[in-house]
Amino acid sequence: MYEKDGERYFVVDGHVHFWDGRPSNQANRYGEGFVNCFYDYHRNLSPESEVWSLEEFWQQSEERILHDLFEVGYVDKAIFQPTYLTDFFVNGFNTTEQDGALAEKHPDRFIVNGSWDPRDGEAGLDRLESLAERWNLRGVKLYTAEWKGDSKGWKLTDPWSYRYLEKCQELGIRNIHIHKGPTIYPLNRDAFDVADVDEVASAFPGLRFVVEHVGLPRLEDFCWIATQEPNVYGGLAVAMPFIHSRPRYFAQIIGELLYWIGEDRITFASDYAIWTPRWLVEKFVDFQLPADMTEYPELSVAGKQKILGLNMAALYDIPVPVLDAVPA
Amino acid sequence: MNPALWEALGTVVDPELDQPITELGFVSKAVVVTGHAYVRLRLPTYFCAPNFAYLMVADAYDAVRAVPSVTTVDVRLDDHFAADEINAGVAASAGFAGTFGESGDLDELRLTFRRKAYLASVDRLLVFSGAAATIADVPPSPALDAMLRRRAALGLDCSPGAPLLLDEHGGELTPLRLRHARSVRLSIDGNAGFCRGLLRTRYEEVLNRSV
Repeated sequence: MYEKDGERYFVVDGHVHFWDGRPSNQANRYGEGFVNCFYDYHRNLSPESEVWSLEEFWQQSEERILHDLFEVGYVDKAIFQPTYLTDFFVNGFNTTEQDGALAEKHPDRFIVNGSWDPRDGEAGLDRLESLAERWNLRGVKLYTAEWKGDSKGWKLTDPWSYRYLEKCQELGIRNIHIHKGPTIYPLNRDAFDVADVDEVASAFPGLRFVVEHVGLPRLEDFCWIATQEPNVYGGLAVAMPFIHSRPRYFAQIIGELLYWIGEDRITFASDYAIWTPRWLVEKFVDFQLPADMTEYPELSVAGKQKILGLNMAALYDIPVPVLDAVPA
Repeated sequence: MNPALWEALGTVVDPELDQPITELGFVSKAVVVTGHAYVRLRLPTYFCAPNFAYLMVADAYDAVRAVPSVTTVDVRLDDHFAADEINAGVAASAGFAGTFGESGDLDELRLTFRRKAYLASVDRLLVFSGAAATIADVPPSPALDAMLRRRAALGLDCSPGAPLLLDEHGGELTPLRLRHARSVRLSIDGNAGFCRGLLRTRYEEVLNRSV
C-alpha cells in the first residue's frame, strides 16, 4: 500500500520474475545476449541511483525480492509471469516451478501464472491440465515469438492455439497475458503484430487478454484493436520506466491509452527485476499529464488507483481493502 | 567518412523508425580505399528484429554499390545474433527468403511500414500547417515534401488537386483513422527515441571515445 497526500493506493504488480540469468545457466550465446539485452534496458531506463551491477542483475535472492517488492516497493500482491526460454537457458530462465517454489512460501504475496505452447499439441494440453491443478492457475503468459526447434513462432489464431484457449476456459484460467516480439528468429512478417489478439478476443469473450508492454513497439496497433474488444487490457511493463527517462513520451503513452481504451483497462507492472517498483509507484502517483497535452482525458487519483492495483485485482479476484482517504 | 558514401547511406532508412540509418547512429564505419567500400553497421540490441536488420543491410549494400567511385563492396552488420547469416546472404544477393529458407520475402513487411510512415507524415504535416482540402492548398514546407515522398512511395495520388486527407490505401482518411495516424506518429517517434537511447547505452564507451 502506498500513501501520498492523504490518498491510499493498493498496488498489484502484474508482471514480476524470479529468474536465473547467471552464466552457469546460460546455454549458449543467445542466453547471454538475452540477459545483456535486458540489462541494457535496465541501465538505459533506470534512474542512476537504481542501476545495479550486471552480477546483481543475473539473479536475485529470495530476501532481495521480498525487500524490493514488499518491504520498500509498496506492492501488495505480485503476479509471476514465467519466461521459459529453455533453448537459451539450461534450467529455463524463469519457469512456473521456479516461481511457484517462492510463491508457496509466501502465498499471501504472490500469484503464479503458467504458460503453454500450442506447438506441444495433445501432450501439452495434458501438461497444462496438471500445471493448472498443481499451481491453481488463474492466468498464463504466452510468447508467440518463442523459438522452438525449426519453428519461427506461432499465432493465437492457429488451430492448436484455439484448443489451448478452450482448455483455459474449461479450467477457469481466464487471464491470458501475451508478450509480443522481439523475435529470436528471422520472420518475413512483423512479430510484434497484435492482429491475432483481435480475433481471439472476439472468439473468447469469457477470457481476458492482457497485452504486455501495451503492444510496444506497436502501441498504435494495440490501441486500435483494444478499442474494439472490451476484454483486451494493456499491461504497462516496460512502458512504466519511461516516466523517469522520457516523461513526455510516457505521458503520450498514458494519454493514448486513456483516449483509446480508458482507465479501467490499463494495469501497472514493474517487470521486476528489470526495474524495481518503488520509484515507479512514487513517480506514477506524482505524475500529471503535461498541460499542453489537451487532447487527452484527465488522469485522476481514482484513475491512478485503478491502474496501480484495482484493475488487476478485479481480474484476479484479489480482495482489496477500502481505500478511503487517510484521516487527517 | 567519404561524403559520397555517406550520402548514399543516408538514403537507407530504418523501416520501423522511418529515419536514415546515418542519423540513427547505425553506421559505425564508412570508408572507401581505392574503390573498395568498407561499411560497418550496428543496431541498438543483440536481438533487434532480424527481418528489419536484413532490409537495412541489403539496402545499404545496394546504395553503396551504386556510388560511382566504388568498385567493390563490403557491408556488414556487427554484434547481432543473426549477423553471420545476414551478412553472407546479402553479400551473395540471396534475398531474405534464400538466406533463411523463409517462405516469403520481405515486400509485404516493407509495405506495412511504408503505410505507417505515410500515416505518421500526414499527422506531422497537419500539426505543422493545419487542415486543408487539397495538396495545392498546403503551403510548401519540408513536412509537405516528406508527406508527398511517402505518398508517392505507396503509388498514391500526389497531384496538386488530390485530397490532403487520403488514407494509406488511397481512400478517404476518416476522422477516426486520422486520430489513429496521430497514434502511429507518436509510436514511431517514441520507438526511435528508445532505440537511440539503447544504442547509446550499448555503445556508450565507444561513443564517448569518439567524441
